[in-house]
Amino acid sequence: MTQTNRLDGGLINRSQTYSFKFDGKSMQGHEGDTLASALLANDVRLMGRSFKYHRPRGPLTSGSEEPNAIVELREGARKEPNTRATTAELFDGLHANSQNRWPSLAFDVMAINDRFSQFLAAGFYYKTFMWPAAFWEKVYEPIIRKAAGLGTLSHQPDPDCYDKGFLHCDLLIIGAGPSGLAAALTAGRAGAQVILADEDFVLGGRLNSETFAINEDTANAWAAASVAELMSMPNVRVMSRTTIIGAFDHGVYGAVERVSDHVATPAEGKPRQILWRVYSKQAILAAGATERPIAFQMNDRPGIMLASAMRAYANRWAVTPAHCVAIFTNNDDGHRTAADLRSKGVTIAAVVDTRPDAPSTGAYETIAGGQITNTQGRLGLTAVEVTLPTGTTRTLSCGALGVSGGWNPNVHMTCHQRGRPEWNEKIAAFVPGGTLPTGLTVVGAANGDLSTHGALDGGANAAVKAVVDLGYSAKTGDVPVAEDAPINITPFWHVNGAKRAWVDQQNDVTAKDVVLAHKENFTSVEHLKRYTTLGMATDQGKTSNMAGLAIMAEVAGKQIPQVGTTVFRPPYTPTAIGAFAGRSRDENFRPVRKTPSHQYADEQGAVFVEVGMWLRAQWFPKAGETHWRESVDREVLQTRNSVGICDVTTLGKIDVQGADAAIFLNKIYCNPFAKVPVGKVRYGLMLREDGIAMDDGTAARLAEDHFVVTTTTANAVGVYRHMEFVRQCLYPDMDVQLISTTEAWAQFSVAGPNARKLLQKIVDREHDIGNDAFPYMACGEITVCGGLRARLFRISFSGELAYEIAVPTRYGDALVRKMMEAGKEFDAVMYGTETLGVMRIEKGHAAGNELNGTTSALNLGMARMVSKKKDSIGSTLSEREGLNEGDALKLVGLKPVNPDDPVPAGSHLMTKGSTVDAAHDQGYVTSACYSPNLGHHIALAFLKSGDTRIGEVVRLVSPLTGIDHDVEVVSAHFVDPEGERLRA
Amino acid sequence: MHKLNPMNALGGNAAQVDKIGHLTLSENNNLALASVSARLGNQNACHKHVKALIGDVPGPGSCRFNDPVSGYWMGPDSWMMIAPHDTHEHLATDLKARFAQTASITEQTDGWCCFDVQGETVERLIERLCNINIREMKSGDAHRTSIEHLSCFVLRCDPMDHVRIFGPRSSAGSLHHALVTVMKAIA
Repeated sequence: MTQTNRLDGGLINRSQTYSFKFDGKSMQGHEGDTLASALLANDVRLMGRSFKYHRPRGPLTSGSEEPNAIVELREGARKEPNTRATTAELFDGLHANSQNRWPSLAFDVMAINDRFSQFLAAGFYYKTFMWPAAFWEKVYEPIIRKAAGLGTLSHQPDPDCYDKGFLHCDLLIIGAGPSGLAAALTAGRAGAQVILADEDFVLGGRLNSETFAINEDTANAWAAASVAELMSMPNVRVMSRTTIIGAFDHGVYGAVERVSDHVATPAEGKPRQILWRVYSKQAILAAGATERPIAFQMNDRPGIMLASAMRAYANRWAVTPAHCVAIFTNNDDGHRTAADLRSKGVTIAAVVDTRPDAPSTGAYETIAGGQITNTQGRLGLTAVEVTLPTGTTRTLSCGALGVSGGWNPNVHMTCHQRGRPEWNEKIAAFVPGGTLPTGLTVVGAANGDLSTHGALDGGANAAVKAVVDLGYSAKTGDVPVAEDAPINITPFWHVNGAKRAWVDQQNDVTAKDVVLAHKENFTSVEHLKRYTTLGMATDQGKTSNMAGLAIMAEVAGKQIPQVGTTVFRPPYTPTAIGAFAGRSRDENFRPVRKTPSHQYADEQGAVFVEVGMWLRAQWFPKAGETHWRESVDREVLQTRNSVGICDVTTLGKIDVQGADAAIFLNKIYCNPFAKVPVGKVRYGLMLREDGIAMDDGTAARLAEDHFVVTTTTANAVGVYRHMEFVRQCLYPDMDVQLISTTEAWAQFSVAGPNARKLLQKIVDREHDIGNDAFPYMACGEITVCGGLRARLFRISFSGELAYEIAVPTRYGDALVRKMMEAGKEFDAVMYGTETLGVMRIEKGHAAGNELNGTTSALNLGMARMVSKKKDSIGSTLSEREGLNEGDALKLVGLKPVNPDDPVPAGSHLMTKGSTVDAAHDQGYVTSACYSPNLGHHIALAFLKSGDTRIGEVVRLVSPLTGIDHDVEVVSAHFVDPEGERLRA
Repeated sequence: MHKLNPMNALGGNAAQVDKIGHLTLSENNNLALASVSARLGNQNACHKHVKALIGDVPGPGSCRFNDPVSGYWMGPDSWMMIAPHDTHEHLATDLKARFAQTASITEQTDGWCCFDVQGETVERLIERLCNINIREMKSGDAHRTSIEHLSCFVLRCDPMDHVRIFGPRSSAGSLHHALVTVMKAIA
């Protein structure tokens, strides 16, 4: 027989039956069930094992505050550990497994921990696993981690997708209980843009779990009607299954919408969850309150739960954990549970009320002034022991016990920006206090107004104030008639004398552990938390913090407010990492930038490399080439012997215009730019304010008031930002306009002795690009291929006769194909970034490896470029003594004494015969390659006083890789040191 | 006429169109773009040219749709001018002649890719992509924002169910992927 604990009524859809499995056993539930309610309906109270002692546990709550009923949900790659059965919506085919047990939930070998609990008290591992020290990481920690109770990962990629989004509203209402609904109705009717978010899949909060009336209707019917009205309003966005996880600056809130968690698999293309960033002008926290338990001996057996949860299971889900239940309470609310369950035919063994003056209706037995001092039942509650005011004990047989210790307002969101709650003696609980997040108002039970009338009234009034402040006209209207019972509570936190009374059930912290923390002088609330791990589990101590504070206050002889509270932090409930990643995963982790010749390069079989976000062709392998070096050597030789083409679009291009463009660049670059002739390009070096080299590149003067500046690929954004800073903040009186044109122009380097001949087939005849008309460092606006506008720069990174030609990006693909076609007669080759690197090292050009943020113009051998005749950014500080010491690092070339030896980048240089250590370091290798032209490896390096050590043989060492051989210091210009080729 | 065939931002020869759910996403390659930045001391003269060209001087967060040249605000005294590429491929050259020394003109045609999205769920699309308040935007509003880490302009057109997105051309594929992914998610 299934669902033996199902009652009449409830808000479930009995016409829709779902089959599900728990630990392999098939069961049935209904639409509207949670996994926990469905399990209880099937008489399953044991749902998990505790974290540390592996004690049998069942649900303590019926909501997201649950510490015990933690399961592994779903199977295969979709398996999600540590999921609360109390919030997991039941769907047909759901698979769940208990976790932290072996071999089975009912018989768990690791429950042996419980037998040794006296050795495993709070902080035991701080004291126990001290020696030998090396054992901690290798032996102790792995064993402890394996034994500790969390679920296991599937170790497979998450097959679901996640999304993110951004919402804006006048008023965000967090929680759709009575106060949230009242606030939303008021603000919505006023016309404000409202977002109403609630973590539950049925809106209404406690209204769905209570039997009292609102106006003349049931509470849940009023809630349903209110939700229907709100959903009909175009200005109100009702978001169920949406948890507000954090309050951030300036009215920004994080929200996780569980779009597909209530179905077996998300529909094609639909996300599992969406992480929303909500921008609100005002916000109302209507998050309700959480009932708190009382700590007593063996208070953790399956079947012992919060009285409000027991009532919710009965009223909303039509389920009872047992057919005979008892109640343990210190306030009137516990009696409400007894009355509701009794009306549904559940036997009430007794209500044990700690108050000597406990009310009694006579409908069930009330034991005034009694306390529960022990319980029985190995895998589920069978009986409780009650100590009467007289001191005698009674045993009550029951399968479940509802515990009510009062209510804690859900203040969490008010603490996310360091707000400190304040103690409210009337309800014996903390309520929001201190500085709340900007624009946030707290209403209803979250604010300590624990009656339904108080919640409705508070919500409506807060909404009026919020929207009136925003310029809307609003009024509360008639607040519905609802119960307005006073809070009758006598604080009672724990039963004295208990040896094992659980305070934090998720982290297995007992009242005794709290006392131990005090004994060992961990009396600060923050120390208490860390020493005992109280409140540090995934539930953030929603059901345990208060009891811990109360016990600490008691043993410290303080009042609870004097003990203080720890800080709640986002997220409010555990959040999947996938939700934070959103769409940014795998190949879409970040956007990709493709060059204009990407498609052509792909067709040629190019191997691509990520350069920032750019994908650049690294080399172009040909048939028969089995190693990248073969491809690169071929590309280098073919370029140096004839002509090669490389896509250099990725280099930053900044359009600089204005009457003061030249003067502006004269400030930006350390070398002179004021008098660069129109039609000429000049190499420039930029310094940072502190005198260190920032970037190098060229500036081409296309007109008196128009330059095009190029930057290195890596520094394109940084240089543009720097130039904008200089323009806007340092020289706002200059007439200069800047804009990036990196993407707008497809630019190709055409290098090699046949470069001109190739380009003469592309460039329209009216443009003379001969050496006389268009010499080295010339530039101009031309046309190509019969009239297409283009730009030509005669600049060379390779050291060869070279040009860079640019056309509007959309024509880049066609141009490269055209040039390769035209270059067939010259055996033209496409080359990639590796060949680019080899040729610039052969030529001795500095690049990112040398412009590494620590080097100066002096280090780079460019000290003479820093003009003394003008002021430019960084020039003064480049003269600092520390940057100009006699043995400063200088850029040199290196070649191996033994031609077969490599010269790897990162190696360090030592004087022959000296000790190899940091104190004797002479410099380091920055760039290295095999030079197919020279037939051996070469490198660029920074060497102390390098310019005076040409010809010296030094030791190249890399202790990590075991390299230690001799290299000769040579000029950095390995190829064509006189520059004859590039001027040819 | 030159002999080079243009390639669209997404790599094809014909504009790509995706119809998913209630939305149609169209790659728009037929736009010529040029930036206009007023020269120091010539702002008023520049404004007059802008007004004469597009009928208004758009302020921050706004654009002016006009035929054949439209424009939107990009920064202090800076605008992006837009015209059909078929008829205005040399927009930058034309504007240089018109504005003379009152403004710096830079060709931006291929600095950007453009996607037009139209359909009744366009607001749901945009709110999943960027943090602008699309539901408060009116026709003629233009905002710079970040979509998928890419700096973009989002223009609300007329009719309101039409949104135009300008993004960096080299990342057209990534931007398109983000748009299509969300279109499927909200379909």
